[in-house]
Amino acid sequence: MKKPLRWSVAFVLLAMCLVFTACGGSKSEPTAATGGGSTDTTASGNKDEGGDTAAKGGTLEAIKARGKLIAGVKYDTKLFGLKDPTSGKVEGFDIDIAKALAKKILGDETKIELKEVTSKTRIPLLQNGDIDLIVATMTITEERKQQVDFSDVYFKAGQSLLVKKGSAIQGLEDLKKGVKVLTVKGSTSAKNIREKAPDATVLEFENYQDAFTALKAGQGEALTTDNAILLGMQKQDPNYVLVGGTFTDEPYGIAIKKGDAEFVKTVNDLLKEMKDSGEYDKLYEQWMGVKPE
Amino acid sequence: MDFIGAYSLPNVKFLLEGFLVTIEVAVLSIVFSFVLGTVLGTLRYAKIPVLSRIVAAIVDIIRNLPLLLIIFFMYIVLPQLGIKMSPFWATVVGLTLFEGAMISEIVRGGLNSVDRGQIEAARSSGLSYMQTLRHIILPQALRRMVPPLVSQFISLLKDTSLAVIISLPELMHNVQILQGHSPNYVIPALIFAAALYFIVNYILSIIARRLEAKTL
Amino acid sequence: MPGKFDIHVLFNHWDRFAEGFIHTIEASVLALIGSFVLGVIIAVMRISPIRVLNVIGTVYVEFIRNIPLLLVVFFFFLGIPSLGLPLDGFTSGTLGLMVYTASFIAEAIRAGIQSVPAGQTEAARATGLSYIQTMLHIVLPQAIKIVLPAIGNQFINLVKNSSILAVVTGMDLMYYADLINSDTFLPLTVYTIVAVFYLVLTLPLSFAVHYMERRFRSADR
Repeated sequence: MKKPLRWSVAFVLLAMCLVFTACGGSKSEPTAATGGGSTDTTASGNKDEGGDTAAKGGTLEAIKARGKLIAGVKYDTKLFGLKDPTSGKVEGFDIDIAKALAKKILGDETKIELKEVTSKTRIPLLQNGDIDLIVATMTITEERKQQVDFSDVYFKAGQSLLVKKGSAIQGLEDLKKGVKVLTVKGSTSAKNIREKAPDATVLEFENYQDAFTALKAGQGEALTTDNAILLGMQKQDPNYVLVGGTFTDEPYGIAIKKGDAEFVKTVNDLLKEMKDSGEYDKLYEQWMGVKPE
Repeated sequence: MDFIGAYSLPNVKFLLEGFLVTIEVAVLSIVFSFVLGTVLGTLRYAKIPVLSRIVAAIVDIIRNLPLLLIIFFMYIVLPQLGIKMSPFWATVVGLTLFEGAMISEIVRGGLNSVDRGQIEAARSSGLSYMQTLRHIILPQALRRMVPPLVSQFISLLKDTSLAVIISLPELMHNVQILQGHSPNYVIPALIFAAALYFIVNYILSIIARRLEAKTL
Repeated sequence: MPGKFDIHVLFNHWDRFAEGFIHTIEASVLALIGSFVLGVIIAVMRISPIRVLNVIGTVYVEFIRNIPLLLVVFFFFLGIPSLGLPLDGFTSGTLGLMVYTASFIAEAIRAGIQSVPAGQTEAARATGLSYIQTMLHIVLPQAIKIVLPAIGNQFINLVKNSSILAVVTGMDLMYYADLINSDTFLPLTVYTIVAVFYLVLTLPLSFAVHYMERRFRSADR
């Protein structure tokens, strides 16, 4: 009985050590989160973060009282929110927009905490008050407007076309009979392209990467989906370029807790400021490689 | 498949960092769930009126729910009731509850497996129920519980991966992020991750076999 | 108040709950059938005297059961598409469940077959019974006592593990729960209802397996 006892004591001691490193480690936040959730920040505690953006104060007051903005972002989406294993930082257009907002509200763009969200957790986290806003490639839809408030459009996503450089296809009108267009199964892109280019043949794939692989393999002449995703592909392989502009409207908005009209106005004012000053255009070009339309 | 790119030093480090989180969550959960499981299992075994029944009902319900649901519940629903938790602690609590329920059944099975005759002998030679439990029943039961317990711990380590759904930065989550950088990193990253899980779990099962051999 | 429990959610969104529930059952049943077939094949390989088959079977089992289910599912959901073959959430989830569970079922079958004392098999063959007859009348009936409860347990695990489809947008109960939650803003209600749906499947199965185990044990005495 002695041997197992010694093992269990050692085990418990080891566990206690880990608990302390976990609690301690979360306070200093270099690259990866050891103890906490996926927080990427300069000044983070972490366990019960989020504070209360309760109706009484409104989000803006809570942010100022807390001294930092907490933004829900993607950590796995190229161009918008993607964590870099090398630096440990999360980078992307959405992140930079959030940072710009932090700068304008609190005067310092480092007074921000990024929280990773997934499509499953983003709205609950916003509703719980764990995050002040969602800036994570979220399309504004009527359905979603019933649970959250949206800012003005900060990225005009829309459906577009990706073709091989030098292709004869330069826009929707070139998708004539006999032309094969690739897209993603069941997506709004698939539906739209059938309506807008009824003569073309549409091939549907399970996800964007497959469709891109198929395009590169010559299984089709054009790929259609969100321009944001297409831009990512263009960056991956500059032999393929976007043409024809966007022919649908899938606007990305910043989601804010429902009913907080004051904060929505604040965010909208700040977005307008950025657009007027040219800061928005600069960011856009930095990430997308092209000027905004 | 891009093995060179996938196995760049920063990427490998990144995956290992994820694995560290996996291990941290696992070790904490193992300790807590073992304690919880032993308590619950013993309570159920002792057949205390009312209490044992309640414990039995709770354990049976938790055991039969998907762990993914439990973890998600901890992170998303509890805050609605005022209890906020980070993804790390939501995972630990979720794992502790679920695996604790599983372990309580293993413990109960182990206790039940101790020969009635021994208990009777102990009681008739004057030992109280608690003494019998501590000196006769538990030691023997513990020995028999080692293999299924280690098996459960191995499951626990693997189940930490379910916390991907609440963005816990563990190993599989980091694999997903690498996928965001390039789909060609996926299979190499999965192979590396599989190797990590395999090594740890295989070692655990070897330790189990040694322990079992020694204590029999 | 989001913490409130509102049973009307169940009725208002019944069709979505039902759809998710059906897909969960579908995935579980498909995976059970698939993993059973695969499991039998692997079990046979493991007890086969042919060295190569033996090794393959052993490697499969030892490898798969030491890695997480999610890893296997990610292989189908992220890995295979990266090689050019697209797979959707439901398919990759179900395939992952199949491959994963097959290793456990293979072990259960092997344990069952090997639990029958070799002496019985030898005696059977010595009295003139063919290999198949020995299997059918001597080995399998006894092996079933170990194998059947184990398969029952694996089925329960499958139902619970089917929730993995949530991670890969697999149209199951968890997926629809998410949609309903986005509409109603009542996570406590929604996910409690989801929990009940799962229990409706797993609790009866659990009792059934328990009952089976007890019957088999008492049959031996």
